[in-house]
Amino acid sequence: MSKTTAPHELHSVPQTTDELMQQALAMEREAVARYNELADIMEVHNNHEVAELFRKMAVIEGHHVSGILSEMGWAEDMVAPRQPGVWASADAPESVPLDEMHYLMHPWHALQLALGAEQRAEAFFESMAQAATNDAVREAALEMRDEEAEHVALIQEWLARTPQPDPEWAVDPDPPRYTD
Amino acid sequence: MNDMTLPAELSAADYKSDYKPIWCPGCGDYTVLGAITKAMSILQRPPHEMAVVSGIGCSSRIPAYTTCYGFHGVHGRALAAGTGLKVARPDLTVIVTGGDGDGYSIGGNHFLHACRRNVDMTYIVMDNHVYGMTKGQASPTTEPDWDNKLSPGGTGVRAFHPLVIALASGANFVARAFSGDPNGTAEIIAQAVRHPGFSFIEILSPCVTFRPEQREWKNLVHKATVEATDDPAQAARRIMTDDGFNLGVLYAGSRPPYARARDTGASLADLEAEFVL
Repeated sequence: MSKTTAPHELHSVPQTTDELMQQALAMEREAVARYNELADIMEVHNNHEVAELFRKMAVIEGHHVSGILSEMGWAEDMVAPRQPGVWASADAPESVPLDEMHYLMHPWHALQLALGAEQRAEAFFESMAQAATNDAVREAALEMRDEEAEHVALIQEWLARTPQPDPEWAVDPDPPRYTD
Repeated sequence: MNDMTLPAELSAADYKSDYKPIWCPGCGDYTVLGAITKAMSILQRPPHEMAVVSGIGCSSRIPAYTTCYGFHGVHGRALAAGTGLKVARPDLTVIVTGGDGDGYSIGGNHFLHACRRNVDMTYIVMDNHVYGMTKGQASPTTEPDWDNKLSPGGTGVRAFHPLVIALASGANFVARAFSGDPNGTAEIIAQAVRHPGFSFIEILSPCVTFRPEQREWKNLVHKATVEATDDPAQAARRIMTDDGFNLGVLYAGSRPPYARARDTGASLADLEAEFVL
């Protein structure tokens, strides 16, 4: 389970606040879709506790989507295609990698992944602010970065209340994989 | 779904069915499904004008997870079914999906001839170098020295090279993508669908259950540093000499796709009459 606060590599930099917020909208929508996908995966594998957590994260990210739409005066069906290559990573910065899933994972693992996603989002906007070529974009990027930093703090608090799993959490006495 | 219910702008979610995919957590096929639906949203063709056809295997479940027409066919015969569909209904966008076992072993012969015929459709193979659904046997793309309980010491058999085979057999578009790059993969799929003729995309899609070491692929893949070529000889040299993790469109040819030469004018009744005893 990974987490990173390394600066986020960018391929291009938005020139206007509208462009920046379109990137933010695209990133948040991808996060909502990914959390719902993760919740579906966990439901299929009968890990309902983690499924519920991911579903809750999808709702939280959905509030961010609504917030951006409201702040910008955009309609619900606003189309904000990601400009190719704005974020250099293969996946959107705030999306939890699908390959980090395990069918026996605990809420603590899920929160670690969510924390990593929020930290990447924070780094993404920090990089945007540093690369901005005008004050309006820089200020908007810093505002978004600060919001992501608040989310990081919230998840850290949530993690502090969540019990760490037993070291043997992944041991399954009746494993689905059996090739002997 | 019909035109009356479609939103003005179709999103990836509009191409996803209500069925929840059944794959192992961490499987690359989840993101391939996401990339396919994103590609569909780039193309903006309504779901009822597209068909997804598959064979058998983990990745072949995909048709059920889209809102397009779907056909979950028999093992290795996805390309035969897809070819038939495209020839009968040239107005449909046909995307054929499957895995390396389905496409290169039992379906290997169909693969060669689908490339040769150059019917205008797209073939997406989610390659994880293993038979996952049947619990981890070596597939045609498995490395010869992959040591496991079912083939101790490895099979010792050279791995199949699908991109070279596709190119040599006449595929008009050859690309490699990676499941961990959903947006890049979506763009390649959209390009493949738009390109006339038979388009082939090998998507490296890790099997985290039987090949957990494939999690490392995300650190090995890299984007091709050169533009796609329309010169098959140049493409062959690139594909034969790359490291197998080079992502992008590696060949985009200009061979005209298969087209029916003429309408025979025969009706279904005329054809049936030939078989009346």
